[in-house]
Amino acid sequence: MEFCGGHTHAISRYGLEDILPANVRMIHGPGCPVCVLPASRIDMAIRLAERPEVTLCVYGDLMRVPGSQGKSLLSAKAFGADIRMVYSTLDAIRIAEQAPNREVVFFAIGFETTTPPTAVMIRLAEKKWLKSFSVFCNHVLTPSAMHSILESPGIRNIGRVEIDGFLGPAHVSTIIGTEPYEVLAEQFGKPIVIAGFEPLDMMQAILMLVRQVNEGRHEVENQYSRAVTRKGNRRAQEEVSDIFELRDQFEWRGLGLVPHSGLKLKQAYAQFDAEKRFAMHEVRVADNPACECGAILRGVKRPVDCKLFGTVCTPEIPIGSCMVSSEGACAAHWTYGRFRDYQLRRA
Amino acid sequence: MRATAYQRKLDIENGRVDLSHGAGGRAMAQLISGLFHEAFGNEWLARGNDQAAFDVGAGRMVMTTDGYVVSPLFFPGGNIGSLAVHGTINDVAMGGARPLYLSASFIIEEGFRFSDLKTIADSMGEAARAAGVYIITGDTKVVERGKADGLFISTTGVGVLADGLDLSAEKARVGDRVLVSGSLGDHGAAIMSRRQNLAFETEIVSDSAALHDLVALMVAAGGSSIRVMRDPTRGGLAAMLNEIAHQSGLGFRLQEEAIPVKPAVAAACELLGLDPLHVANEGKLVAIVAADMADAVLAAMRGHPLGCDAADIGEAVADSHQFVQLSTSFGGGRIVDWLLGEQLPRIC
Repeated sequence: MEFCGGHTHAISRYGLEDILPANVRMIHGPGCPVCVLPASRIDMAIRLAERPEVTLCVYGDLMRVPGSQGKSLLSAKAFGADIRMVYSTLDAIRIAEQAPNREVVFFAIGFETTTPPTAVMIRLAEKKWLKSFSVFCNHVLTPSAMHSILESPGIRNIGRVEIDGFLGPAHVSTIIGTEPYEVLAEQFGKPIVIAGFEPLDMMQAILMLVRQVNEGRHEVENQYSRAVTRKGNRRAQEEVSDIFELRDQFEWRGLGLVPHSGLKLKQAYAQFDAEKRFAMHEVRVADNPACECGAILRGVKRPVDCKLFGTVCTPEIPIGSCMVSSEGACAAHWTYGRFRDYQLRRA
Repeated sequence: MRATAYQRKLDIENGRVDLSHGAGGRAMAQLISGLFHEAFGNEWLARGNDQAAFDVGAGRMVMTTDGYVVSPLFFPGGNIGSLAVHGTINDVAMGGARPLYLSASFIIEEGFRFSDLKTIADSMGEAARAAGVYIITGDTKVVERGKADGLFISTTGVGVLADGLDLSAEKARVGDRVLVSGSLGDHGAAIMSRRQNLAFETEIVSDSAALHDLVALMVAAGGSSIRVMRDPTRGGLAAMLNEIAHQSGLGFRLQEEAIPVKPAVAAACELLGLDPLHVANEGKLVAIVAADMADAVLAAMRGHPLGCDAADIGEAVADSHQFVQLSTSFGGGRIVDWLLGEQLPRIC
């Protein structure tokens, strides 16, 4: 399994499936932050953006993600909500500085790679005395999700596919290092190879995984050594642990509630915590019962095994998490790979 | 036309458009004659009528219209004015026609600088003259501050089609070749490099250009063996080929290595998570050409400065699913799908 959406996208974009041997099958994991954000959090963001005093700053790829009523931030914007697309946390700070009488909220999502910029942004807001700036925090953690893929109550219902090894995240690992994966490799006896996002990186990392499997090893190896070290970026880690703390649990679209998998702002930074500032509360909504995302994310099913795939669930109108962003397993298959389904049928 | 004496000269250097310039009074007349007539100068405009009458030769006419809302108004390689002329000329030319006349309609926001308006009008005039096309009628409206983002332009173009030429997507056949006139994604990447919240340093220049001379060479070389031509603007090559696939009921198979993309454009797209095949062009065309004449048409394209990097990038294939497929430079295969959602608003 490649954990990261970036890897999923590259596999599809470069057609790597076609050049892998038939006995190597890549399962596309849950490592796309947009995909795994649950509908309830989108609902919260929409309700927040609909408040007349609020300007919500979001990354562009979140705009089309559907909430529980099929409403997205894009449609909320069309109905008059003040929602701005930003490309970096600094853009949001700039917007807050220019509009001191607006409540400017940054919709923070992402794995460990995007958490440090959010931390820096909060520091900056503190330094600049931005009184009406806050963050709606949805940052999540990679190792706990990998743990959930391998062992969680949900597996009993879905069944299990024996994953032989993992391609570990590239950018996430530049921050957290390779060390946090060691316990997973040890506990579950699975080899993990941290891999870069270039197609050659991935081919090399897959080869390294195959060698480990053939030799019966289960270690954490680092293919992406030009950017990743064992200890990672200490400065970024400190910055993050100063400002954020673990949530008891966080909901993932497709995986359900995963213990200790999300971050929230510490009490000392409560003034920047939009959830507290606006007394936001989460109303959990059930995923569509016909949606097979949970099984697809664990490799038990393939996108075409889902009844919704390509019928009512397409990248234009996604229903399940795997279809939401181009990095999701279903969207990648639909956008880049669906011609293979017909080739198979013909053959 | 009798010269009109205005109380005060148009202060092009420091002045700004105000609501009176769209009100139909003397101020509007002064703006039109002092700025637009000056820039576009031709006998039709000089007569000052509400319409322009012109002769047309034998043959069928083509007509097209397009609105321009690009942001920013000025970008490396052009501005909204040159774009409004090139874009409409190209839509006429893609039918194989020779463009003759344009109309231009301006919606101007109150407070717009005369100096910017003059620069834009001048580059429209220049682009039209260089293309041998005349802007013969127009309209000016001014809206209150905040009701338009500076300036919107609409242009309509008419042209004349040579006898017997009838290019259309449904004429594509299995085995036809796909030719592109040059590198893809330049315009979109140039615009992105100047977006306020995105700005990055690059030497990428928009490819905005009028393609009718190139088209004339191609038509002379290939005639009706050219099945259809399109300029891949919004949605890029991907959208255009998917359109033709649906209209013709065929699929396409492309070779990634054959598709020209400048390294700087590829790098910018990589940085922004975009696919160059989805990025807009304003001076490129794609032609579907019968296989036996493809080399001749390609040679004709390469003989023109705007086609010197022309390439044969793939072929039309029988495919009931009408997929546009790509053999990646890595040796794998993938679909080139329509652009999903909005990649970049107001690219042209």
